[in-house]
Amino acid sequence: MRAIDVRQIVKRFGNFTAVNGISFEVDEGEIFGLLGPNGAGKSTLIRMLTTLLPPTGGTALVNGFDVVKQANDVRRSIGVIPQAMTSDLELSIEENLIIYAKLYGVPRAKRGRLIRELLESVELWQWKDKQVRNLSGGMRRRVEIARGLVHEPSIFFLDEPTTGLDPVSRTAVWDMLRRIKSTRDLTVLITTHYMDEADKLCDRIAIVDHGQLVALDAPVKLKASIPGKNILEVSFSEAPPDWKVRVDAMPHVESVEATDNIFRIASDNGPATTLALMAAAQAAGVTVHSLSVQSTTLDDVFVHYTGRALRDAVQEASVTDSPLMLRRG
Amino acid sequence: MPRVWAIVEREMRRFRRSPFLIIVSLVFPLVQLIVLGYAMGGTVKHLKVGVVDQDHGLPAVRIRELAGAVAAGANTYDIVQYADPGAALDDLRNGRINGVLTIPPEFSRKVLTKNEPRVALIQDNTDNFVSASLVGNLGSLVAVFNEPATPVRTAGKVALDVVEVYPYVPYIQYLLPGSISMSIFMMVMVGGGIIYIDDKARGLHEGYLVTPITKLELIAGFNISGTIKAVMSGLTITVIGSLVAGIPDPLDPFRLAQLLVVIVFVAFSLISLMFLIMVRVTDPLMPRAIFGVLNTLLYFPSGAVYPTQGFPTWMQYLSAVNPFTYAVHAFKSLLLKNTPMTAIAGDLAYLFVFSIVAMSAATLLFKRTL
Repeated sequence: MRAIDVRQIVKRFGNFTAVNGISFEVDEGEIFGLLGPNGAGKSTLIRMLTTLLPPTGGTALVNGFDVVKQANDVRRSIGVIPQAMTSDLELSIEENLIIYAKLYGVPRAKRGRLIRELLESVELWQWKDKQVRNLSGGMRRRVEIARGLVHEPSIFFLDEPTTGLDPVSRTAVWDMLRRIKSTRDLTVLITTHYMDEADKLCDRIAIVDHGQLVALDAPVKLKASIPGKNILEVSFSEAPPDWKVRVDAMPHVESVEATDNIFRIASDNGPATTLALMAAAQAAGVTVHSLSVQSTTLDDVFVHYTGRALRDAVQEASVTDSPLMLRRG
Repeated sequence: MPRVWAIVEREMRRFRRSPFLIIVSLVFPLVQLIVLGYAMGGTVKHLKVGVVDQDHGLPAVRIRELAGAVAAGANTYDIVQYADPGAALDDLRNGRINGVLTIPPEFSRKVLTKNEPRVALIQDNTDNFVSASLVGNLGSLVAVFNEPATPVRTAGKVALDVVEVYPYVPYIQYLLPGSISMSIFMMVMVGGGIIYIDDKARGLHEGYLVTPITKLELIAGFNISGTIKAVMSGLTITVIGSLVAGIPDPLDPFRLAQLLVVIVFVAFSLISLMFLIMVRVTDPLMPRAIFGVLNTLLYFPSGAVYPTQGFPTWMQYLSAVNPFTYAVHAFKSLLLKNTPMTAIAGDLAYLFVFSIVAMSAATLLFKRTL
């Protein structure tokens, strides 16, 4: 049985289609990443899968349960970390977990042991009596991770769990997630903006844009799917008008993007292209200000599939919302 | 049911750790009780009345003596003698005195000849309370003047004997029922409505909605915890307010138990009303914005500060549906009249029906999804 099975799922808010016929499957035990620009429909998708929003069309089975018809069964089998920090600031770490254990109906006999195990695994046991308001952002996130697992779910949804954290806290959160995943039979669906993290952690990645699935595969395969094994970023001074055409004709070059005097060159042989480029620049009297050669990253994959245009994301507002309502992205 | 108590437990733990919230919701009704009670409850004293005697006859002297007696005794007003009516009127217009009692020329002659003698009160009528007080006092003065020195009781003359059922009720005691209702309302709004919307805006409700809690369990949890907080606030103000206002036997356990019943009914009706208003709101500014309006709409038309019989018809309709009206009436009955519960059965019945209707409507409007 698939852990998650999504078929042609659609969500419309009035005339705005936030999710437009997305289908995918997540295997049991898999870490599945959901990437996409702001406003692409990731949060809406995750909210539908966690029963927070009813789909307009299509179906989604989570743990074999229909998210509409068997919503409570879905809720019992999943843990959810929403995008916002939603722990009670006035309560202690342990109290937060106790309340949620009660909400999930965890038996009293199991509660204490489970909470201790979880707090130890996120390295917060020694702080269990501290009020959440006194914790750093990274610690709060770890509280939420422990809270989301307090009822031993088999699928864990995390909506941008590391957004807003400093690099050290981010690394700590990911390490803990990896450790928890290794000790539990857990399927993870995660959304993030950090491509390097998604690259290291996820078994498969889906890229969503404009409410549609634009790519889905393992990170290695996704990287292989776009032109160029290497990306060269070169900044020139006063490049001649035909410079882009000339660069495009150089050996091993697969594609060239130019913005002002900054060129982004995809090549299937970075060193060879670099040598040719430097020689051509010298011959043409063009000064090279900077040059960097990178292997293809998920950032490149992301940009390739979603484009480089800035998105002024119009948040997905329900038509029934009043103009005074606030909605988080 | 355990999920309901999990919500209640969470709310009460948070409440216990928010002393500022507790203080704010208790201080406002107490301050209002004390300030309004003493500001509006006293009798008007030391008004300044100018007396212009243009007659100087014996009856005029008697009028001045009677006015002087009130000035020396009850101190309702102080007398300022004027020889010149123009100067008295100038002082009246400039606010230095509150009224001018004029005894016109020929007053004594008209008294003796029984030819409709008159004295005049020229007054500053911009302040209704002062004006009414002067008219009442000087009207009594004229009545006393008209009485013979030794009253003659004739068989056919009707006399009114006033019998007061209850001891004198100072205005601060009259205000106390409204203040108790206000304290419950404050806690419902500050500890209930505002926190509810703030939690919603912070995404805390999202945390609830992904658990298997049902819609009814969620609503019951919010309402029970809101009611408990409001009851605690109402009971505290009932005890402190009774001591401050000088209610006889303020700690009588039987009456406190009766008051507790009323407080629970009032708290539940107001939390139901709040929940109905807030159920679809997500903007944290909204409860703050409507707080003042709701306060005015509930408190003043309830009879808490002024009898409802004095309201215009439209406001009487508002008063008739206002749960505060029934709360104030029930508290007044128990605190000021020490009535049995049967006397407030109607109030409790209305509050119960109101709660059920409001809560049912709120439940229908409540969305289990975002």
